[in-house]
Amino acid sequence: MDHDEFFGASRLVIVAGKGGVGKTTVSATLARAAARCGLSTLVVEVDGRSGLPAMFGRGELGYDEAVLSVGGGPDGTADVRARTLTADAALLEYLRDHGLSRLSKRLVSTGALDVVATAAPGIKDILLLGKVKQLERAGAADLIVLDAPAAGHAITFLQSARTLLDTVSVGPINAQARDVLGLLEDHRRCQVVLVTIPEETPVNEVVETAYSLEDRVGVGLGPIVVNGVVPEIAGLEVDPGEAAERAGVSLRPGEAEALAAAAAFRRGRMALQAEQIGRLEDRLPLPQLRLPFLFTTDIGPADLDVLAGALLDGVDALAGLPI
Amino acid sequence: MSVVAAEPASGPVDSLDELVAQRRIVVCCGSGGVGKTTVAAVAGLEGARRRRRTVVVTIDPAKRLADALGLAGLSDTPGRIEGDWPGELWAMMLDTRSTFDALVGKYAATPEQAERILANRFYRNISSALSGTQEYMAMEKLYELHEEADFELVVVDTPPTRHALDFLDAPRRLSRFLEHRLFRMLMAPSRGFVRAVNVAAQTFLRTVSKVVGGEVVDDAIAFFKAFEGMEEGFRQRAERVNELLAAPETAFVLVASPRRDTVAEAQFFADRLAEAGIAVQGLVVNRLHPSFGSPGDGRAASGEATAERARTLQATELGALYRNLAELRTVSARELDHLGGLAAAVDPAPVVRVPFLSTDVHDIAGMGELARYLFTD
Repeated sequence: MDHDEFFGASRLVIVAGKGGVGKTTVSATLARAAARCGLSTLVVEVDGRSGLPAMFGRGELGYDEAVLSVGGGPDGTADVRARTLTADAALLEYLRDHGLSRLSKRLVSTGALDVVATAAPGIKDILLLGKVKQLERAGAADLIVLDAPAAGHAITFLQSARTLLDTVSVGPINAQARDVLGLLEDHRRCQVVLVTIPEETPVNEVVETAYSLEDRVGVGLGPIVVNGVVPEIAGLEVDPGEAAERAGVSLRPGEAEALAAAAAFRRGRMALQAEQIGRLEDRLPLPQLRLPFLFTTDIGPADLDVLAGALLDGVDALAGLPI
Repeated sequence: MSVVAAEPASGPVDSLDELVAQRRIVVCCGSGGVGKTTVAAVAGLEGARRRRRTVVVTIDPAKRLADALGLAGLSDTPGRIEGDWPGELWAMMLDTRSTFDALVGKYAATPEQAERILANRFYRNISSALSGTQEYMAMEKLYELHEEADFELVVVDTPPTRHALDFLDAPRRLSRFLEHRLFRMLMAPSRGFVRAVNVAAQTFLRTVSKVVGGEVVDDAIAFFKAFEGMEEGFRQRAERVNELLAAPETAFVLVASPRRDTVAEAQFFADRLAEAGIAVQGLVVNRLHPSFGSPGDGRAASGEATAERARTLQATELGALYRNLAELRTVSARELDHLGGLAAAVDPAPVVRVPFLSTDVHDIAGMGELARYLFTD
């Protein structure tokens, strides 16, 4: 599949998955890959504290929009920017925009924000998504990547519009919820990319999340990203001692054992992940994009480039988008 | 019921064995996806193996683990797991809502007051919508099982919160919420100065109604009215829960995986606990890659040196073997680097290293396998 077609499928991509599967890594990879295709990209974070800036070689993000990388595209344009949204800030901005700035000050000073949020569950989520919708409508970037909260919560988060329509039947919040629902249900404006790793529990959970999201929220699902796939190496079956003899190389004491143990470990991992990837294919009829495990604990700019390359190779191999 | 002679101990320990053998409460904390629930379940099993009457409170177990623990669904009471151990093993999956309901029942002056609260729509939203409620109810449950249900060891898994250590603040936050000033003002008797405040509050609420709708505000007011008189009971309970968390019989075990972001978060947890005057009593690091070093190899076993050898030998059959070994040694060295900083931060807490396991833990046998890494005996 063509890169432009892939990134042109919707302006907003929501990245979701359970904790620890690398949601932020995938958000960063999508942004880096889109930039390489000449698209300006905005990564929106809702959780605060994340490893995103470090992946681009930057320090902590503030709440203001920041540029993570300049001109990643072929013609030197296509910046990657990022910003963090909080529900409190989104509510205050919302009230200000609706001529209720005096109210917003009181809400903060009395701490009534919590009371309002409890009275109308989902209001915080809807305000965040409302803000994202505003960015999408304004065309804040060619591609907007929303790094969603961790899985269980992702469903609640994306379902907030529906929940809220049940509680708040009139007024501006109701209108906001309708707009957000319109965005989530419009597959040409928004799609959800689910992230998992090739292990049993994460595979089970991503399958469950995918069906819940489709049934309960009505969002369009893009390809599943399988993160942390250990790259295949051929030739790990040979016996190190015999191979050394044939190559006329002498091994240090213990070296043959280390080579054999490492090879057995890698073969085991490859077999396990092949099984899990197969299971995912069987249980979820969505195309997969696989990102390699890079044998590092810290993704930096160079690693991100490798991942972006792998993602684009995966896109090349896609027959078409599920939606 | 088994009887254990061990006195609750305090202060640093040498191993997790001591914690499950001597402490009364073990709280597992860490960020999402690091294996907290599994560690909690295994610690509980170990307690039962050491003849103790043990209960594990889990928050959101993966389905197969839940099945193995006999947790068919949410509940407010633990169920017993039968097995080949001298103590008792009980488990439950926290149901925030019914734990809260029970608490309301306990502190309501009359059954009618409890009923009014339970039927209120605003109240029904609290357990799902007010952040920190799940954390609070987990701690409440822990307190109840410890104080009232006669368990010798309570192991609790904490919610996978991004807002680290919400559960330490949660009891206080909830009681603050329930004593909310604005609504106190609203309910105050309408005379003199208070009346003026009351009018201001009314105006404020009218404006809030414009944004979210009047019904919603009415529900909230009805809730706070119904709740009146119960705040004190809730507040005192919250104080006692907090005291228990800081007590010497309680141990906090930090669970992490050896990646930059989760280590950073674990570090943050440790700092927050220290601020609250609580020391981390154990660190479990899951999913470590083996280091594949041979003893006495020194520098030769480094990822770089191995990669160099892989390049030299790439034309031979040894090339692939060395490349693989180099990659694994490199990632292992990086993991140990991250781990080193964290281990130093929680010193002298014992550090337990758990390698990448080839299967997920989802039955008692798997839990036994993991126990071999967590405990020395």
